[in-house]
Amino acid sequence: MSMFRRHREHCVATFAADEVRVLRKVAAEVVGLLTDGFDHDDPVVGRLFPDIYPDRPADSAEFRLYTEGDLKTNKIDQAGAILAALPDGTGGEVRLDPEAAEAWLRALNDARLAMGVRLDIKSDTDLGEELDDAVLRDPTSSRVFQLSVYAYLGYLQESLLNALVE
Amino acid sequence: MGDMAAPQVAPVEAPDTEEVPVEDRPWVTIVWDDPVNLMSYVTWVFQKLFGYSREKAEKLMLDVHHKGRAVVSSGARERMEHDASQLHSYGLWATVDQV
Repeated sequence: MSMFRRHREHCVATFAADEVRVLRKVAAEVVGLLTDGFDHDDPVVGRLFPDIYPDRPADSAEFRLYTEGDLKTNKIDQAGAILAALPDGTGGEVRLDPEAAEAWLRALNDARLAMGVRLDIKSDTDLGEELDDAVLRDPTSSRVFQLSVYAYLGYLQESLLNALVE
Repeated sequence: MGDMAAPQVAPVEAPDTEEVPVEDRPWVTIVWDDPVNLMSYVTWVFQKLFGYSREKAEKLMLDVHHKGRAVVSSGARERMEHDASQLHSYGLWATVDQV
């Protein structure tokens, strides 16, 4: 599993081909969620774009009207920063300047938030236990894959943050 | 936030605001706990967005984690809406309220 490290002002990681594939898929899914698949009734959209006034729907809706477009554009650009920095079709090195590193951090976080909603991650969820249970039920299930990716993105985000603030 | 036991959500006492006219009461930005955001990431966002010291940002992060929510900034309504919107762009769960 690849981790970011600091090299002068850059955060650098070398990814295997399957890691690149997973990151590309995850970033593309976030873009899809924010473009063609955008749906206010989707709980993932609810989490990425929370109501600013939980008890005042009219005020929240008005605020949303003025801000949602920009917020969505930012999030699409952030996910795009992951796609732009990944090597084409194979493994390889990713070098991020501080601006790109920050975009990656935010995009990895959006991807984890989306997966967290889909996987029903709670405050008391033990990821290792969840994964063990899912493997016992069916090691080839999509849930096993999704939980592994979710855990991987967490490690990657933490390593990137550590490299950035080093 | 991830990788820790379930937070205790402390009851929030309503502040005594009878004496102050509604239009003069300050607005606040509140960040709520969620099970996904990394503790280190939340601390970093508070430092980055508000220019808080590491110590202050960490204390706020721990308040969010243990109490379920924390006030991270206060002031004019428009300013708080801006702060909340910025926090949303970092994926934090933020709301605005009048105290």
